[in-house]
Amino acid sequence: MPVVAKKVEMQHLAWRAGFGETLPVITEWEKRRRKEIVNKVLIGPKRAELESVDVINATDLPDYKRFRDMTEEQKKTVREMNTQGIKDLNVAWLNMMEKSEHPLREKMSLFWHGHFACRTQDVLYNQQLIGVIRENALGNFGDLLSAVSKSTAMLQFLNNQQNRKQHPNENFAREVMELFTMGRGHYSEMDIKEAARAFTGWGFDDNGTFVFREKQHDDGEKIILGKRGNYNGDDVLKILLDQRQTATYITTKIFRYFVDDTPDQALIESLSDKFYQSGYEIKALMREIFMSDWFYDSKYIGNRIKSPVELLIGIRRTIPMAFEQEELMIAFQRILGQVLFYPPNVAGWPGGRNWIDSSSLMFRLRIPQVILYSQVLNIRPKEIAPEMGDGGNYKMTLQINDFLKRQFAKKVNARINWDPYIQGYSDIPRESLADEIAGVLLQQPGNIKKALLEKYADTGSREGYIKTVTIDVMSTPEYQLC
Amino acid sequence: MYILNRRRFLQVGSLASAAMMMPKFLKAFESGALVPPGNKVLVIIQLSGGNDGLNTIIPYRNDIYYRSRPALGIKRETALSLSDELGIHPSLDGLKALYDEGSLAVLNNVGYPNPDRSHFRSMDIWHSASQSNEFWNDGWIGRYLDAQCNGCDKPTQALEIDDTLSLALKGDHNKGLALTDPGRLSNTSNDKYFKDLLQQHAHEDEHHSVEYLYKTMAETISSAAYIQQQFKTYQSKENYPATELGRNLRTIANLVMSDINTKVYYVSHGSFDTHVNQQDQQARLFKQLSEALTVFTGDLKKNNRFQDVAVMTFSEFGRRVSQNASGGTDHGTANNMFLISGGLKKQGILNDGPDLMNLKEGDLQYKVDFKSVYATLLNKWLSADDQLILKQHYEKMDFI
Repeated sequence: MPVVAKKVEMQHLAWRAGFGETLPVITEWEKRRRKEIVNKVLIGPKRAELESVDVINATDLPDYKRFRDMTEEQKKTVREMNTQGIKDLNVAWLNMMEKSEHPLREKMSLFWHGHFACRTQDVLYNQQLIGVIRENALGNFGDLLSAVSKSTAMLQFLNNQQNRKQHPNENFAREVMELFTMGRGHYSEMDIKEAARAFTGWGFDDNGTFVFREKQHDDGEKIILGKRGNYNGDDVLKILLDQRQTATYITTKIFRYFVDDTPDQALIESLSDKFYQSGYEIKALMREIFMSDWFYDSKYIGNRIKSPVELLIGIRRTIPMAFEQEELMIAFQRILGQVLFYPPNVAGWPGGRNWIDSSSLMFRLRIPQVILYSQVLNIRPKEIAPEMGDGGNYKMTLQINDFLKRQFAKKVNARINWDPYIQGYSDIPRESLADEIAGVLLQQPGNIKKALLEKYADTGSREGYIKTVTIDVMSTPEYQLC
Repeated sequence: MYILNRRRFLQVGSLASAAMMMPKFLKAFESGALVPPGNKVLVIIQLSGGNDGLNTIIPYRNDIYYRSRPALGIKRETALSLSDELGIHPSLDGLKALYDEGSLAVLNNVGYPNPDRSHFRSMDIWHSASQSNEFWNDGWIGRYLDAQCNGCDKPTQALEIDDTLSLALKGDHNKGLALTDPGRLSNTSNDKYFKDLLQQHAHEDEHHSVEYLYKTMAETISSAAYIQQQFKTYQSKENYPATELGRNLRTIANLVMSDINTKVYYVSHGSFDTHVNQQDQQARLFKQLSEALTVFTGDLKKNNRFQDVAVMTFSEFGRRVSQNASGGTDHGTANNMFLISGGLKKQGILNDGPDLMNLKEGDLQYKVDFKSVYATLLNKWLSADDQLILKQHYEKMDFI
């Protein structure tokens, strides 16, 4: 196995288990043992409480529970609060990813956010779902699965509110099996029908709290994956977790997200065995991956295409900035093809080469200049398709679309705080600056020739030099990779 | 005898100059089929937001229609008559004229099994041509590129006139190219720094993601130059309406009349999501559609290209049969499609109008799977292997 330098190893870890780190952090990590750093990455800062990304309280919404009884004017207010709330939630989570001292938790949450893909127009439901995801992101997969399955957002999105003894609705049971646990081809249509019966009665009340409606539950006998009993929803989840296939399916997805697009069957088998044995402890699985020598094989280094959110957060973690209009980040996400809380479908974002086409790549290459030189945003993102909820509140998506339109041809105004970044290079002699900058921003730095960076650099001052070289390094295809 | 005609000469010329700045490994994709066989072009117009088909092609002899839409129904005397049974929305007078001259075909009751009422999901299904319980990450035009363009030179074979690319044009190996303005695309990709980056790139490992990115970048830069060059060779003198669709169809006309190798153009028009006050919004969008298409088809006729261009319109679903309480309609199912060309084999109304007697929970039931329309266009118009692209056999139709 080709061995890479310790510094590259630590940068690899920083990107895969987070959103990249700056030169001073990497320099510090380089001095320590792998085990120590992996522990630090897994556990986060000591005694750090989980900071929520909540943007609204249920009580902030006027008469929220009785939407149907409201006047048009009141409904309008509620819709506007929801629209604004989902935008705020998007921005709040991005800020959390950027500033977090426990980036793996946010990275892992981003993974689960795609895995448990869900769209809802209700800010509180969204907030509740992202809350349980972040809370359990590195915990036990069984707990996570249960919490997500009982979240109002998911029960609503997958129509389990309509799943009743007399009229079973199979949507929820189908997606729980196909997308959340086993993957296609490992269960029969009959298993779905029977599981749907077990999930009857699972729903939520006006407060958005999970309720088991006993009268609507079918308590008869069911046969699910060869097991027979008077099962309820909890039993189904347990049966699904008992299947080794669930461990294999989840591990494969984690491997593709954290290691490589092309699954390595032998590695996945061994990882998923341990995952299963551990009773689905996510942190243990991640430790296994990050501690393995194969994880640092040069074939995996810098071969993964950053998702749009990773790319944006990576830039913002490197160079702190504050946007005059934070919501601009939603337009960026839209152009690049990943809007938080708006996954493309129940299967989530496909990722990998799917992120890249001519227009998204050219925009990616221009982002550092657009932000750091305050250029005009002259790309019009496509509209977000609204959903028809029971309340008919599709209007809020139209408002987001209006907002996206208004960003067109506007200058991107951000206060860029270059000082800490430039400070990070204070010990580096001028002649090695270009190589050092490329060395920390890129995982395969040798590909960008120093001569090219020199050609486009501002050589007037040390500061100007660092800035221009940084922007140019960030504007390369190599920077799209981690 | 081999004749180096102007078309071929121009393309060889443009490729030669683009190839000079390519690293060695990238030159491979510059070879291959220069011009796809045939001269046929497909223009797809997406009516985004779920256009109300029942108020587009109006069953003006049907009492159920008027009973279900007491306020929203289009009156018999205002609809433009197509047949004894069906009329067309008064704002679509340009399409009525195309109908009269035999250049328009109407397909009714188009949809798919187990319809989904979510915009994004249903649009996904139309884009990918998957079944409604499948999730495909590539689109039907993208897979057309994969099938036809294996090893061929440019993603310019399918262009979307927009700033970002739709799923429909994303293949597994090949993707179409999105642009709103050839000049702007060319400016953006003409950045000297990007060209220098490309030139200094020396990596040769084709399996590495970085190669994929450089390949995409090189294709974009060379395509942008090629499109810009072709775009300059013809500038329409027609007076296109000053609407977004008008501008976009003008861009398409300019390219269709050039020697560019583009086979498929894709453009969106909308939004037709008319839950409230449908009448004004739909009429306004139809007027824009009608005016733009009138000038566009006129332009093609003058230049003897109307025989070779087929326009297809579609929407992700129709609306419900009954109007709602706010002067609009909610998400429904089956819908109609327009096919416009000087080369239609069958014109007029291709099949029966909506069957309002046999609704399913208040919704129209589809009779024609839209994938049959795709199969027909792919096979008979674009000479492609429809079964390979759609991954299944669908009945082909006889309008072309």
